[in-house]
Amino acid sequence: MASPEMLFRGARVVDPRAGRDEVADVHVRDGVVADVGSGLDAASAEIVECDGLVLAPGLVDLHTHLREPGFEHKETVETGTRAAAAGGYTAVAPMANTDPVADDASVIAQVRTAAALAGLADVFPVGAITKGLQGEVLAEIGEMVAAGVRVFSDDGRCVPTARTLRNALTYASAFDDAVIAEHCEDDSLSIGQQMHEGSSSSSLGLAGQPAAAEDAIVFRDIEMARLTGGRLHICHLSSARSVELVRRAKADGLRVTAEVTPHHLVFTDEDLRTYDTNRKVNPPLRSEADRDALRWGLADGTIDAIATDHAPHAVEEKEAEFDRAPPGTIGLETALAVALTKLVAPGIISLVRAVETLSSTPASILGARDHGGPIEAGRPANLVLFDPQERWTVEPPFVSKSRNCAFTGSDLIGRVRSTVLHGELTVSEGKATR
Amino acid sequence: MNEHLLSMHDVTADDVIRILDTAESFREVGTRVIKKVPALRGRTVVNLFYENSTRTRISFELAAKRLSADVINFSSGGSSVSKGESLKDTALTLQAMGADAIVIRHASSGSPFQLTKWVRGHVLNAGDGTHEHPTQALLDLYTMRERLGRLEGLRVAIVGDVLHSRVARSLSFGLVKMGADVTLVGPATLIPPDAPQWGVQVSHDVDGVLPKLDVCYLLRVQTERQRLEYFPSVREYARLFGLNRARVGLLPEGSLIMHPGPMNRGVEIDSDVADLPQSVIEDQVTNGIAVRMALLYLLLGGRHADAADEVAGG
Amino acid sequence: MSRILGPDDVRRALARIAHEIVERERIDGLVLVGIADRGDHLALRLSREIAKIEGADVPVGVLDITFYRDDIGLTAEAPEVHETRIPFDIAGRTVVLVDDVLFTGRTIRAAMDALTDLGRARRIRLAVLVDRGHRELPIRADFVGKNVPTQLGDDVRVMVSEIDGEDGAVVEERPAGPALREAHA
Repeated sequence: MASPEMLFRGARVVDPRAGRDEVADVHVRDGVVADVGSGLDAASAEIVECDGLVLAPGLVDLHTHLREPGFEHKETVETGTRAAAAGGYTAVAPMANTDPVADDASVIAQVRTAAALAGLADVFPVGAITKGLQGEVLAEIGEMVAAGVRVFSDDGRCVPTARTLRNALTYASAFDDAVIAEHCEDDSLSIGQQMHEGSSSSSLGLAGQPAAAEDAIVFRDIEMARLTGGRLHICHLSSARSVELVRRAKADGLRVTAEVTPHHLVFTDEDLRTYDTNRKVNPPLRSEADRDALRWGLADGTIDAIATDHAPHAVEEKEAEFDRAPPGTIGLETALAVALTKLVAPGIISLVRAVETLSSTPASILGARDHGGPIEAGRPANLVLFDPQERWTVEPPFVSKSRNCAFTGSDLIGRVRSTVLHGELTVSEGKATR
Repeated sequence: MNEHLLSMHDVTADDVIRILDTAESFREVGTRVIKKVPALRGRTVVNLFYENSTRTRISFELAAKRLSADVINFSSGGSSVSKGESLKDTALTLQAMGADAIVIRHASSGSPFQLTKWVRGHVLNAGDGTHEHPTQALLDLYTMRERLGRLEGLRVAIVGDVLHSRVARSLSFGLVKMGADVTLVGPATLIPPDAPQWGVQVSHDVDGVLPKLDVCYLLRVQTERQRLEYFPSVREYARLFGLNRARVGLLPEGSLIMHPGPMNRGVEIDSDVADLPQSVIEDQVTNGIAVRMALLYLLLGGRHADAADEVAGG
Repeated sequence: MSRILGPDDVRRALARIAHEIVERERIDGLVLVGIADRGDHLALRLSREIAKIEGADVPVGVLDITFYRDDIGLTAEAPEVHETRIPFDIAGRTVVLVDDVLFTGRTIRAAMDALTDLGRARRIRLAVLVDRGHRELPIRADFVGKNVPTQLGDDVRVMVSEIDGEDGAVVEERPAGPALREAHA
């Protein structure tokens, strides 16, 4: 099937890997970028006028939950990747906490197949670190590496002992690019926790989890990275102290990377005063000081990527008493707009940095070679075209199967017009094409 | 007054005075032979009690009935509440039944807030998890004002497991709002670390605090196992903080001993202390009905926000 | 705004009502119940007048009818509550209800329902300082200080020195328009 030939004319092309931020034309043909320049002429191409629009490498999500297999009532690979495309993503990394757990090549293959069938985004399944996420015995990491998996995580859970994490880091270091991605949370400090332990939890009467529950494990894990020389990635950072620990680790030359979610960059524990379960997340939303430290960390390079931790839950699960609602918010459809509205517009980070953290760097960490740019002739055409000025209010219905969005009701600026996956439009005029 | 009573932050100091003054009149009604007035005739009040609490439920039930309202009781252990029907579905059912007010007691903090999203009637929080119990605080304020003549400047100590107590929260917020001087007393593990931000003082030495009090308010100490992580043993708690006969002597003349009930006799309060004249624990119960009548009257006695337009007066 | 009664008028009216009560009712078994929040002051004064005339001590009580109003739930806020204090049994007694202004009759209807819940009076009589007409219920006063014809939209207010600093009654004319009536008058 021939992919359409397109000429994106006059867009502001923001391409961190090519060091480009200027108005240009981009010619796409046969699934790849054919040319980038000014005044390009492509007679047979469909012309897309991009005056005032931004063209960037397609976004890459390091941390997503597609819920298939096992939890298809919340989301499926198809609906999740459609939501991803709607948000400008061309690649996502679904976590392994499915049912059955993705702890060997068979589940990995199942997810890949479903993704290929849907054809809405490239999917790079994350493999479990331990069998069944039980935290005891290592999963078939080697088999999964052979099946193309590069990132391993027990996300949802924290690897319970330093010993197991040490073994995982050591074992994985034999495989060139394997990364151990940790969900850092000390279980003993988190029993029954509903939110961040602070003045809000106290007045809301909700059991809290202190930031130290994360900090203590981030410290532990960094020391294990130091001990083993392995590659460690810290998922969804939420606390100021953790940011500082990662900063030191990088200064010490350790192979540590880190991500942060859009909601942790915007909300704090004060935003739970109405007991809105859409804002109940794990790790919880912490204090203003924590949020500010996360923003700084993203700006100064300590934090490498914005990752959504897109965590769909069914309506009836979230429309329940606060302590019964499962934690999580969807985020694929809003991440770009949140970054533009809450970080770029106020000058906390530049547009180039935003694209870097949403696309190029996560693509590197994930080993997704076809993604993240640079946008140049011969490279696969995985792109996002967006309007940085369009205003919209976040409200259901969403493209995702679920509706639990922490940003519901928020006014955002910035909207995806088109998403291009290997030269084919998955989103056009703001709507999914399939 | 606010449309709902979910927490003490829903009432201003003026509202509190109005509630207490109105409760005065309802107390008088309680002294009549016919303890009933037709004020809320034809209205429906639903008691939605997910947590077993005969005492509070009966108090609300009597309050509603003495206002001539119709009362429906949904309590756990009976009906669909125990069959696992979701809170939302129960709310929608009550809505369909035309509940004018829903009094909810639930083990999950915040459930009254969530209820307001699903029902049109007025919602009263009768205790949610470890969050708040505003009607208890209001009846306690009533009792204090009635016995001591004022609230401003009163020196009150709240003693016990403040961390897990919704009564302690509501009462602290209420007392501070009315200008009283509040000290929280208990083991360091049972006082929320941010409590000073509530405008209260904190002490771990009950003997040091008792001589300077107008009111000693005791909280129930849970003796279930999970609480024992917070202090070594019930014996140690009683020894360090229990209001026993010896400690009572430290209280100034005319001061009050209060407890929201039910009491753990021998733990936070000794049996013979609970029965002393300066203990107004029984008054608290009587006053509870009058205060709850006042709340139901004030919430339902005005035109509801989206009721059809009626001509004022007539 | 025009004055319908001055302090002397009030004094004379109360004296006359006291005489009428003494003439028409038996003092033995008589009680006065004033309707809060001005009727009770008037009731107290009537009791003093009767004491001057007959040397008898007629018990006085104050009744708040708020809980018996027929418009609860129709006004923006719940109507304000006053004190009820009736320190005697009304069973078998002649109760003279005392109020400042008689208007639609709804307040008196509520007062009678309240009294009925407090006991079975032998008979109930009504004394008012000002009767301004426009009855909406079949209620009439037995003892009237002054009959004052008014428009429906007018606002009639009685002042008593205990609350307002002086005695009197005034009427404030309102332009014709939708009837905004006090519920309890």
